[in-house]
Formats: sequence, structure tokens, C-alpha cells
Amino acid sequence: MKRIALLGMPNTGKSTFFNRLTGAVARVGNWPGITVELLDARILLGAEMVEVVDLPGIYNLHGYSEDEQVVRHFLEHNPVNLLCVVANAAQLDRQLSLVLQLRELGLPMVLLLNMMDEAKRLGIAVEQEKLEKALGVPVIPLSAKHGQGFPWAKGMLEKSLLGTQAQSADPAKFAHDDELEHELEKLVSETVHTPIQMTPTLTCRIDRTLLHPWLGLPLFLLSMYLLFEAVYTVGTPLQDGVEWLLGLAKQSLIEPALAGTSPALQSFLLEGVYNGVGTVLSFLPIIVLFFLFMGVVEDSGYLSRAAFLMDAFMGRLGLDGRSFVMQLMGFGCNVPALMGTRVMRSRGLRLLTMLIIPFSLCSARLQVFVFLTTAVFSPQTAPFVLFSLYVMSFFAAFLTALLYRRKLPNSEPLLLELPPYRLPTARQMVNRGWHEAKHFVRDAGGFILLGVVAVWFLTHYPFSATPAGADTLAGQIAGWMAPLFAPLGIDNLMSIALLFGFVAKEVVVGALAVIYGTSEGALAGIIATQLTWIEAYSFMLFVLIYTPCLSTIAVMKQESKSWLFTFVAVVWPLTLAWLVSFIFYQVATRLAA
Amino acid sequence: MTLEQLPVGHKARIAALEGDDSLRARMFALGLRTGREVLVIRRARLGGPLQIRIGSTDLMIRRSEARLIRLVDEVATIFPTAASAG
Repeated sequence: MKRIALLGMPNTGKSTFFNRLTGAVARVGNWPGITVELLDARILLGAEMVEVVDLPGIYNLHGYSEDEQVVRHFLEHNPVNLLCVVANAAQLDRQLSLVLQLRELGLPMVLLLNMMDEAKRLGIAVEQEKLEKALGVPVIPLSAKHGQGFPWAKGMLEKSLLGTQAQSADPAKFAHDDELEHELEKLVSETVHTPIQMTPTLTCRIDRTLLHPWLGLPLFLLSMYLLFEAVYTVGTPLQDGVEWLLGLAKQSLIEPALAGTSPALQSFLLEGVYNGVGTVLSFLPIIVLFFLFMGVVEDSGYLSRAAFLMDAFMGRLGLDGRSFVMQLMGFGCNVPALMGTRVMRSRGLRLLTMLIIPFSLCSARLQVFVFLTTAVFSPQTAPFVLFSLYVMSFFAAFLTALLYRRKLPNSEPLLLELPPYRLPTARQMVNRGWHEAKHFVRDAGGFILLGVVAVWFLTHYPFSATPAGADTLAGQIAGWMAPLFAPLGIDNLMSIALLFGFVAKEVVVGALAVIYGTSEGALAGIIATQLTWIEAYSFMLFVLIYTPCLSTIAVMKQESKSWLFTFVAVVWPLTLAWLVSFIFYQVATRLAA
Repeated sequence: MTLEQLPVGHKARIAALEGDDSLRARMFALGLRTGREVLVIRRARLGGPLQIRIGSTDLMIRRSEARLIRLVDEVATIFPTAASAG
């Protein structure tokens, strides 16, 4: 089968073109020697099936970043018939450098000038035929987002594939570079015409407000808050809907089907396996929505502005502006925020950011805190208690960064593009949501299911004991852990809830209800009589800081590809949670006495 | 002088790029090349990064990296700082 490699700089709309070319049939492929995931798709071009591979966006073929190495490695070890290079027509003055480097490889090539509409708005004119002649490759103007020029581009790919032999690149040709600089200047001055003074664009005017020295940050925080609001306003009913459907299926289909079987098996299937599947599925609406909304923000170019605003502070912690953006995303849900760190090139920076994201007080933890604060504190003090937990969340993250910044040094110079503000199309958003949802179910799903089944087993074995009671395995573990948790003011019953919370914070309140043998409705009253405010706050501190959920651990492993890092990312928050709760409980009880 | 010292709203030509190969390759790819004109649009507070414009591309660059970009001494004012820099 013939193969096309899709290449280009970041922010050129390369992925948009890929999606348009291949539809929604892309899958993640395995390639020799490459650890990052590359999307590829098989499509019918003319009379032949052709494989299209979307390589990571790179600035330079000779660079040292992970992505650049991936592209070099790919071209060396995987024969391709055609290079399809996507360039942003509005920035040809610099993007042609990559084109020239790629041309040196001597592989057949087609150049797509994307974002022609944007270039025209800026008054930039490109002489396509001259450029074609100078480069010696076909050049096609295009707007991948809106589709203009797309049939022409597709036809040209088809034509250029005819009679080609697949060949891999010669590593020796990756080497030379400097002569290109002169050629680039000549090429640009002859074929690209840029107005001398650019008119102030809409982007400049928006920047004046959004990057305002005093208003910039509050405006960004406000928009993130509105984004979370939107996700949960739309997502919570959907989540309830999924749970309702699952409950319905359980009552009307699965329970009758299991009627004749043993109670232990029923319990295993219903409370173990089925609840596990349920946990995964009920996460889904939030994940999909989050990526839909986040996709809008990401594609809009606003995130790089937030990075600009926060970089001074984050830099002192060994992080950079983008880490702050991811941390804020984590206040919605840690899972997509962890995936978002993929944009970072330096491994130290990326891991350090992944280490602080789980301290972000996500919506699942918020449920626990809202429940406990309303149960234990007066309506006047409850909001302050909640606010103090948010402060604690930032404190834990920044402390962690300070402690680990030497271990995970950030070698990445921050040199980022601030792209013009853009609105994504509905098609781009849907593609994105769909892709991330698939990713989540496939990679994190199995892990969550396993975890839920494990907790079910711990709280139900031996089957003769009361579920979650002192005689079960969980009860015994809680007994052993008592010396650890007693100094924190967390009793055996509550520590079983923490065990549940390890799987997902969503189940903590439900678990407390099971443990206290009551309904969720009556639980608040019981908790209020069982716990002092100091015990309740100590419990909340622990819940805030220790492992957010199995999904985050799964994603942590998936993204870091390191068991050691995953281990540290579990053990360190546990240690910190213990220390913070311990100090708080000991000091507070002494002061109160 | 270096890019770090160029005031907001001013433009100057790049004389030389310092720093290691990988950083210079990155700068090159983003359009920061000898002979090109660079305009400083704004500076973030508290020693934060600069927003600069090269051709039609806006970039953010940390001050430490901006220090590695040497400029020729002729400087042109493009827009008055107080009105537009924000």
C-alpha cells in the first residue's frame, strides 16, 4: 500500500486537513521505534488504498525536541511515497524553512498553503506559480477549515502518487542546514509579498484587553470559571441521565437475568463489574464536554495568552506559563489536564506539571467537600471552609513544585507562538470530543473497572461478613491502618471510605452511606453527630491531597510511560496528605482543648 | 543591545543570535533570523516574558532568551508606548 506522510509546523491546520482528508476513520498506529502515538488512516485515493500518517507538528527537521526526533526517526525507518507538507500561508516568511529542509530529503512532495483566507485578510500575497517553480514541487492554496481548494489538493495528492516507489529518508541528508538561510531569504522576497506596515488586526485589539497588565489575569480566571460552569451545567444532567439508564438496565435486564444465581456472584457482577462499567460511563459525558469546550479555548489561541500572563510566577517554581493553564484545567477534571501536558517538550517540565495537577480540587472532590461542609459547618462558615480548601489546593501544588523542581529540571526555553484568535468549526470540535472519548474508554476504562472490582472484593470478602464491615478484608485493612489514621482523627469507618475514594471521589459519599448503613439522604445528620469539625476538616484535607482517582493514575502511567514516576505520583501525595492532616489535627485539637 | 532592552513599541534589526544549537534552530524556525526586524509589543509584569512580532507572527519569549538576541543599534519607534502597549 502506498503511504503519505503529513508534515508541517504547529498551528498550520495540519490536523484539520488530516481530518478532512480521512474523515473519522483515523486510528492510533504502532510504528517501529516510536513511542508517541501517531494517527494514521487508510483512504481511497483514486483507485488505490493509501495510508496517510499524521506526523507531529515540528518547527525544524534538525531540532532536538521529542517531536522532531520522532519525525526524523519515522522518515528514516518507514518508507513513504509522498510527503504532504502543510504550511500557514500567512507565515510563509518562516514556514518555508521547514519546506526547504524537507525538500533536501529528495522525496516526492506536495506543498499545501493553508489558511489562504487568513493571509488575504492580512494583505499577504503569495505568487503560487513562482513558488512552485522555485521549489520544484506542486503548490496548492487551501483553506482546510472551510474546504476551499480541498478537491484540488486531494486530486494533486492522487496525481503525485502515480508511479512512486516508497522510500525512506537518508539520515545523511538531515545534516546540512546553514546554506538554506540564504535560499530562504531569496525565496521569500521573490514569492511572498507582505504589506510594509500591517493594519492593526482584531487580534491586536482583543490582546489589548485580554493581556492587559491588571485585567488580564482576572479576565482569564473568570473565563475559566464560566467554562467549568458550562461543562457542569450541561454535563451533570447528562451524567444523571447515564446513571438513570444504567440503573434502569440493571433493574429491568440484569437483575432478572441473574435471579437464580448465587448471592456472591450477583454481588460481584452488580456491585463490582457493573458499578465499574458505570463509573467509566458516567465519567464520559464530562470528559467529552470538557474536551469540546476546552477545544474551543485551545484552538482560539487564548491558552497561550494565559501562559504569557502567568509565566513570571510559574517560572520561579521551575514550571512555565503553560503549567498554570493545565493546573486550572485540572479544577474541572484532572484527567484531561494530564493529557494536555503533551504540548510540553521538556520531559522534566512535563512530569513536574503532571505531578502538581492532581492537587487541583476537581469537581469530584468538590462533591465530597460540599456534602461534608454543609453537614458539619454552619451556613455562614461553610463557604470559607470551602475557600480554604481551594487555597490549600494551590499551596500543595506550589510546595510540590518547589520540592521537586531540582529532580525534574526544566530545560525548555519558553519561546511560544501567540497565534491569532481563531474560532474552530463544529466539525473540528466533534472530531476532537469523539477521539478523546475513545481514548479515555480504551486506555483508562479497563484500569478503573479493575480497581472497582478490587475494592468490591475487599469490602465483600469473606462473603459471610456484613459488606464493608469490620470482618471484611477492607475492615481488617482499616484495622491495620488504624495506627496511621488515628493521629489524623480519622476512624476505621472513615478510613474505609478513603479506600473507596482511591478509586474515584465520586463514590466517597455513597461509600459513607454504605459504611454507616444508611441512605445518602439521612447521612448528613449522622455525620454531624459522629464527627467534630476538626475531624471532618482533617478528613477533607486528606481527601483533597491524596490520589484523586484511579483514572488519574491510569492516565499518569499512560502519559509518563514510567512506573517509577507513577509510583512517586501516588506515594508523595499520600505522604503530604498524611503530614498536612496530622499537623492540622494535632494543632487544632490542642488549641481547642 | 539585546532584545531584552528594546522598549515596548520599538523595532530593531537582529544582528546575531546566541545560545545553544537547539535553541538557535528553534529561533530560526520561528522566524528569528539575522537581518530580520523585530517589534516589541508588550512586556508581562514582574519580569515576565515579552510579546514580540516578527513578520506576521507574534511570539512570546522569556527575558532570559531575549537576552540572547543581539540587535543592531538603530531603533525605530513604531507606536507610542503609553497609548498602545497596554
